[in-house]
Amino acid sequence: MLAELSLFSQAIILFAALVLLTSFIMLGQMRTMPLIFTFAWQGLLLAVVTVLVAHVSKHPHLYVSAALTVGLKVVLIPWLLHRLSVQLNMQYDSEELAHPSLLLLGGAALVIFSYYVSLPIVHLSGLATRNTIAVSIAVELIGMLLMIVRRTAVAQVIGFMSMENGLFFSAVVSTYGMPLIVELGVAFDVLVAAILFGVFFIHLRDSLDSLDVNRLNRLSEADDAVPLPETISAPPTGTHS
Amino acid sequence: MTLLEITLLTPLLGGLVLAFVGHRPFGGWINVAICAVTFGASLAMALDVFAHGPHLSRGRMFYIDAFNVYLVALTAFVGMTSAIFSRPYMRHEVERGRVTALRLRLYHSMYQCFIFTMLLALSANNLGILWVAMEAATLSTVLLVSLYRTPEAIEAAWKYFILCGVGIAQALFGTVLVYFAAEQKLGAERDDIMLWTVLHGAQVGALDPAVITLAFVFLLVGYGTKVGLVPLHSWLPDAHSEGPTPMSAVLSGLLLNVALYALVRVKMLVDASLQTNLAGHLMMGFGLLSFTVAGLFLHRQHDIKRMYSYSSIEHMGLMTFAFGMGGPLATYGALLHMTVHSLTKSAIFVTVGHASQLAGTQRIDKIRGLIRTQPAIGWGLLIGTVAIAGFPPFGVFISEFLLLMATMKAWPWLAIPLLVGLGVAFAGLFRHLQPMVFGEPPPGQKPVEANMLPVAVHLFLVLWLGLSIPAFLSGWFEQATLLISGVSLR
Amino acid sequence: MDSQLIAWAHAAVQALLFVAAAPLLTGWVNRVKCHLQNRAAAPVWQPYRDLAKLLRKRMVLAENASWLFRDVPYIVFGAMLLAAAVVPLVAVRLPTAAIADVIVLVGFFALARFFTALAGLDIGTAFGGMGASREMMVSALAEPAMLMAVFTLSMTAATTNLSIATEYILQAGLVLRPSFLFALLGLAMVAVAECSRIPVDNPATHLELTMLHEAMILEYSGRYLALIEWASQIKLMIYAVLIVDFFFPWGIARDFSPAALAISAVAVTAKLMLLGVVLVAWETVLAKKRLFRVPQFLGSAFLLSLLGMLSHVVLETGG
Repeated sequence: MLAELSLFSQAIILFAALVLLTSFIMLGQMRTMPLIFTFAWQGLLLAVVTVLVAHVSKHPHLYVSAALTVGLKVVLIPWLLHRLSVQLNMQYDSEELAHPSLLLLGGAALVIFSYYVSLPIVHLSGLATRNTIAVSIAVELIGMLLMIVRRTAVAQVIGFMSMENGLFFSAVVSTYGMPLIVELGVAFDVLVAAILFGVFFIHLRDSLDSLDVNRLNRLSEADDAVPLPETISAPPTGTHS
Repeated sequence: MTLLEITLLTPLLGGLVLAFVGHRPFGGWINVAICAVTFGASLAMALDVFAHGPHLSRGRMFYIDAFNVYLVALTAFVGMTSAIFSRPYMRHEVERGRVTALRLRLYHSMYQCFIFTMLLALSANNLGILWVAMEAATLSTVLLVSLYRTPEAIEAAWKYFILCGVGIAQALFGTVLVYFAAEQKLGAERDDIMLWTVLHGAQVGALDPAVITLAFVFLLVGYGTKVGLVPLHSWLPDAHSEGPTPMSAVLSGLLLNVALYALVRVKMLVDASLQTNLAGHLMMGFGLLSFTVAGLFLHRQHDIKRMYSYSSIEHMGLMTFAFGMGGPLATYGALLHMTVHSLTKSAIFVTVGHASQLAGTQRIDKIRGLIRTQPAIGWGLLIGTVAIAGFPPFGVFISEFLLLMATMKAWPWLAIPLLVGLGVAFAGLFRHLQPMVFGEPPPGQKPVEANMLPVAVHLFLVLWLGLSIPAFLSGWFEQATLLISGVSLR
Repeated sequence: MDSQLIAWAHAAVQALLFVAAAPLLTGWVNRVKCHLQNRAAAPVWQPYRDLAKLLRKRMVLAENASWLFRDVPYIVFGAMLLAAAVVPLVAVRLPTAAIADVIVLVGFFALARFFTALAGLDIGTAFGGMGASREMMVSALAEPAMLMAVFTLSMTAATTNLSIATEYILQAGLVLRPSFLFALLGLAMVAVAECSRIPVDNPATHLELTMLHEAMILEYSGRYLALIEWASQIKLMIYAVLIVDFFFPWGIARDFSPAALAISAVAVTAKLMLLGVVLVAWETVLAKKRLFRVPQFLGSAFLLSLLGMLSHVVLETGG
């Protein structure tokens, strides 16, 4: 029962619930800038949870993981996205969500599904943080939902990063973090992915004049789709096709 | 400095060097030279493993055994031949203005980084490092798919990035679950429980079935996306057809193999823990689905590279089916198929690259009369397609024959959809190939400068493997079969 | 027998205290709001003077007003009085808490709202109908959120009896419960909607087209209006005391000793004053939402309550 856990363990559970709340806020947030800030908040709350888990479980390498999370997910990636948004002049963009309440209920359904999926793990685990495994899976699945439903590229990138947040969280609470070398590798991958996304935004903007990914529809299997242009006879670099 | 370290560090350092000099005229030659050194080191390492048995590196970070040693050599070899092909091809692209100097540097540098990440994935002992390398392989090729910066290329690269990224994230969760299950069994104080050698060792016993099943499902979805299993395949035709042709060759020939290798490694762990053959059944289901769907989609294609990408999906589906079925015959066939498919597919893509340069387009209905205009290309394409469709005496026929034999022994009714699918795919390929090779060439079509030596070497190797598999290779396959399926072939 | 009598006496006194103190809370809220808006404020007991004034005034009734119109103020006030008797203000372990649990409390509110809506429709004016339909829409969306929050709290305490639940939370000491955090936010948003505060409804508006609750009672005057106004003040106080009881119950008296009761009275006064300030700050910062945005607001309240329930089941139960 909750009352029997130490105050630190209760704090872990509280902050895990707050991370889930940020996931839901991102799901319903239509404007770009608040979305980026909420993502930064999620990273910060996640770092706090990691520090608490490091204290409770006495695994000092989690402090390093927490510092990595803060550096990457709270500072670097939101800064990168913010700078790109301003550079590409889309910081005031917002998108129309078709059915926001349906989306939020879908998120709640994902939480229930994650709870069901994580039951065998929770039963096996002897860790103090085992109750939060379901929350971590839910954060990952809600990140995926964000990627599927949203139309702007920035929202899709944030969904992807939010998925990584959920995965990192699940590693922290189910196994007190993976070996440091693996964590470093994952962090490196995330960093490179963020940089590549940034490069992509510029390409997408140049090519489509917008970051609405629904406009990416030239390649498809339908027979009477736009016929593929002569790809070899593309104009020389420097001009748009 | 061990051979393994040389094999891994050479492409990494090469990538760094080429980032600075990749656009110079000798950049292509440096690329080839680095690949040759890598191949030499990997071959030496392979001979070493053949003589002395599996090799566990210092700190147990890397592990070379019978399963991945020939894949390492194959990757280095195909990388080298593709580099030989890419040198004049990319020079031609630069002359045509499709690629700038900066992008050429990026291309060469990322090419080597890509080879490095694949070799890292193949030789990693730590499951987490395996994941990191797979993700890094995706990341290093994303910018290359969009190299030409057309709207289609950018769309293909974005789709590739997003879909593979989501898929690979699921694989990370599966890895975390495996780590969790291992911790339950082995205790958390050890720091080596993410090592495959430790997990596979006999003293481990069964990991918790419920958790391992969940982990395998996530890993199948994750790595299966990279293998190109239907319904997670939609990035593959786009990514393989929009990038420059050398990229298509290595992506189709090598990366799919590495992803399948990762999947089979994990399956080996799962089989030891589960009493039922759930993992195998899942792989069989997905494999058969991919095989059938891809064969049908082959008929609808208008772009030559897309058509051959669907052929890749079909063959990967076949291999997944074979590995899923288990048993010595099917496993041996699948291992052989991995090798010959890689060689044949890369050869085909090289030929297709030349063919599209010749015709000035990638559309199937605009390419005509290859054999009249430049017989080397025409014959190359014809023989390559014959090989990939499974005609004797090429190697693909042997592996498919072994697979069919195994299917008829274990699951007789499944042999029917397999045969039908093979027929459908054959029909699709030749229906499109026939007018391309034998049709009336359009006026003014001139031969292009083409070095068909890599193609010839690959096809010759495939023919050799079809006629008689050399002893050392067969020995490797048998060892790997024993390792994967637990049963010896003899 | 003797202790029973004492308990019932205490319960009766508490109920009367509740009813008598309700206008004081409203006065405090108005005063703080005036200060925040840099206006000269009326004294804290101004609502008492308003009620007294209304009680003295002559009533004007429409010609087609039925018995319903005349009886509704008493029904509403009676329901609020019963609700006030149930909610522990200064002491737990009162026998009146066994009359109704927290779900019946919600039912009392629904009863009052139902009859007020009917009264709004009774005369047949356009504004009455408009107010009735708007109020019903808001409450239809708010009630599930409230019930979800209340269920979350009851699941933790394993009872729906308010008195026992408060005592359970008091005994548990300082426990960080995420379900309580979410339920607090959800309940606060629902309270704002039900008590007709900003951002759902502006209690000080004079423009009929922007009214939700006020529109239903436009036709009331004199003694009836006094009763209805008093009833809404009691409703505000009930919600405030509910929040205090569930989430910050420290200081409430567990026995009837004079010392404990005195401490409890001081504690609850301080907490209510603080809640009043928070409410005023909230109302000053936010603007009234347009009617078609209110369902979104209440949807977020429902989501928060649902999250509270989910975090209780997922995070707080289990070994």
